[in-house]
Amino acid sequence: MVAQNIFFAIFAVIMVVGALRVVTSNNVVHAALWLVTVLAGAAGQYILLSAEFVAVTQVLVYIGAVMVLFLFGTMLTRARLGEETDLNNKTWILGIPVALLLFGTMSYALIDSFGDEKLPEDATVVSTQVISDQIFGPYLIPFWALSFVLLAATIGAIVLARKD
Amino acid sequence: MLLNQFLLLGAVLFCIGVYGVIARKNAVMVLMSIELILNSVNLNLLAFAMRSGTADGHTFALYIIAVAAAEVGVGLALVLLIYRNKRNIALEDLSEMKG
Repeated sequence: MVAQNIFFAIFAVIMVVGALRVVTSNNVVHAALWLVTVLAGAAGQYILLSAEFVAVTQVLVYIGAVMVLFLFGTMLTRARLGEETDLNNKTWILGIPVALLLFGTMSYALIDSFGDEKLPEDATVVSTQVISDQIFGPYLIPFWALSFVLLAATIGAIVLARKD
Repeated sequence: MLLNQFLLLGAVLFCIGVYGVIARKNAVMVLMSIELILNSVNLNLLAFAMRSGTADGHTFALYIIAVAAAEVGVGLALVLLIYRNKRNIALEDLSEMKG
């Protein structure tokens, strides 16, 4: 359990620092690359939570596909790739009290309701077979709906981005 | 491992994402902050899945990953279209519908 806690702490520090850099960096490309560290740290946390399939999917879909999309979006919408000074709104300072208030409320609620409840130590890794039985069993209708969402998103992205 | 350590990490990431959505002007940066928020939700779902010992949370997390991919695709297509029409993707300038 000690090793798991050490790795949790390492990943957590990496994720929080990366997330803070994502929202404070003055360079869009640097922010995208910091987002990669956050997503990779999240994949590590998923493995600690014995969710190997979700962790691999996270690496493939987020770090593989979504980040390439972000970098392409940055490339196609900016003439230059460098430091910029006006990435924040004029009212950006209001975000700090909102985020702190939200975090205070959420942490109070979480500590109040779960306290120091422990996760089960003998949890077995959820196998991919179990997940597929879930998806093609009780969660089949949401799976179909999701297929239509992805189809609509693909067609919508093509229609929106084509030039004519 | 405590349950709360994962939930609090998710809360921290969520709040950082909310700050990013409020503070950022560039539309691509706002989409990145939304990715932070969605990841924190996934972390919570998987922590509760481990607590309950079932695979339902894993299914939800996979669905959220798929929805996030679709969202980024459409969102970046929209940003591209806005850029093509206005040569600028600052969200403050999109005020045509202001009353």
